[in-house]
Amino acid sequence: MSAVESHEQPIAIDAEEASRLRNERLERVGRWLFPLLIMAAAILAWDRICVWNEIPRYILPRPGEVLATLFQDAGILFSALAVTLRITFLSLALAVIGGVGLAILFTQSKWVEMSFFPFAVILQVTPIVAIFPLINIYVDDQTTKLLLCAWIVAFFPILSNTTLGLNSVDRNLLDLFKLNGANRWQTLWHLRLPASMPYFLGGLKIAGGLSLIGAVVAEFVAGASGQNSGLASRIIEAGYRLNAPRLFAALILISFTGIVIFLVLSWISHLILRRWHESALRRDH
Amino acid sequence: MELAVDAKVSNPGGTIMRPGQPQLYLRSVAKGFANGTVALENVNLTVRQGDFLSLLGPSGCGKSTALRLIAGLSTPTSGMIDWRGPAMGKNDIGFVFQEPTLMPWATVFNNVWLPLRLQGVSRAKAEPKVAEMLERVGLTGFETAMPRELSGGMKMRVSIARGLVTRPRVLLMDEPFAALDEITRFQLNHDLLSVWEQERFTVIFVTHSVFESVFLSSRIVIMAARPGRVFEEIDVNAPYPRDDSFRTSPEYGALCRRTSDILGQAMHANVVSRENA
Ligand SMILES: Nc1ncnc2c1ncn2[C@@H]1O[C@H](COP(=O)(O)OP(=O)(O)OP(=O)(O)O)[C@@H](O)[C@H]1O
Ligand SMILES: [Mg+2]
Repeated sequence: MSAVESHEQPIAIDAEEASRLRNERLERVGRWLFPLLIMAAAILAWDRICVWNEIPRYILPRPGEVLATLFQDAGILFSALAVTLRITFLSLALAVIGGVGLAILFTQSKWVEMSFFPFAVILQVTPIVAIFPLINIYVDDQTTKLLLCAWIVAFFPILSNTTLGLNSVDRNLLDLFKLNGANRWQTLWHLRLPASMPYFLGGLKIAGGLSLIGAVVAEFVAGASGQNSGLASRIIEAGYRLNAPRLFAALILISFTGIVIFLVLSWISHLILRRWHESALRRDH
Repeated sequence: MELAVDAKVSNPGGTIMRPGQPQLYLRSVAKGFANGTVALENVNLTVRQGDFLSLLGPSGCGKSTALRLIAGLSTPTSGMIDWRGPAMGKNDIGFVFQEPTLMPWATVFNNVWLPLRLQGVSRAKAEPKVAEMLERVGLTGFETAMPRELSGGMKMRVSIARGLVTRPRVLLMDEPFAALDEITRFQLNHDLLSVWEQERFTVIFVTHSVFESVFLSSRIVIMAARPGRVFEEIDVNAPYPRDDSFRTSPEYGALCRRTSDILGQAMHANVVSRENA
């Protein structure tokens, strides 16, 4: 018993280990602290530049003013954010369904993949703003237009990553499934889909940001339309009226939303993979 | 090359392998690949029910290819894989690869359950079978562990449990312990033998190691390369159960020396045949 207890007591740490430990702790704190410090310094500099150069508020508002606008115009801004978010998440959901669906279709037959993958690439490499006028002609409903745009932008990383993932299955495991008489769907469900999970989640993280960008860009090219206008319309509107504080506030909301989407998706990915995948391993050895 | 059964000397104190009915014939089996490699040429082999048969040979002599042909994962270019007795079903062949080849996203239980699950056996129905298999390989209590939480040897045990969970009539193993350290390998050799001694399914075991093949097998098939073919068969007339005392016996040493000599000849034959070509 005493032997066990003595094991649990911390062993003496030598100088090398101690400094490594210190460095690690510093790094952990620094990862958050330094960006925050730089951010604070930048905001302070922004404020000082405005004051010292007497820049008028319609050109560059002071940060405090932007913050105040964020609160004052909260009603307008957040309802616009809600519209943008709705498009973002709907298009992301459609991108997941479409991307994963197509990827599954692709893995069912090499021929299908060979025949259709190039079209997905074409859709991806053509700038969405160039396609939009066409969509504008063919589609009437504003929401559908925006959704379609955001979807085109977001679905490709999911499609290509998931296709890659579905095909990167251990060959021996495939043999094992074959040996045990697994049918196509069992192989898909028990083997290909789980194996593609890390790839899919990687694609999802990219697609999350892209669907927000898609939603905003689509609205920019579609132009504002009264009731249902999202953050992009607010930005255009504020630009016309030289309402710089609101423009900045809207901009900050968009960036902040993008960051939150990324963090949430990273967290989901971590939760799903943490028990098995290398990328989610803590390097504690 | 088939030896008469009665030619074997019986050893007092243990059971000599009593070969059962022929279970599988490889008849003039050849396998060539599209790139021109002839992996196997004119392989004739008889596997008997309850054999522990090792395929021993230099790298590239077609051991894995032979195993895949037997498993039905690939078809011979010519010749026949001729099963005897009741028709072979999905449950009748277990396969253990060189790597543990576990599904990293699934628990130990789910990994072992897999072959049964693919045949529609529910978790509840599979539970006792999986539990029993895990007990046999010494992994009781690790049901909910993930593969990456296990050591290399433990992963291999899971893989063996998965190979055996359907109660196959034939277990095919492709260098299963090659990646393990020697201590773990000895332990697993021992544990595999004790499972086999109880159940007497047929094992076809691919290995690079003379010592391992002699320790485990009732019969060793030595292969030569380029093209892959059967060079010679050796009967290992040592009684089971075998344990560490067998490993240190002079008998074991002699068998290893003999096997090693023949393996040397097989590799030499390979050089000569290439020079003649
Ligand atoms: N799918 C394939 N296509 C082409 N050649 C192959 C294929 N599989 C195996 N070969 C070739 O067939 C020969 C036998 O291969 P095999 O893997 O059966 O050898 P092995 O005895 O298992 O070797 P090792 O001990 O290194 O595992 C080798 O020359 C190999 O390159
Ligand atoms: Mg091999």
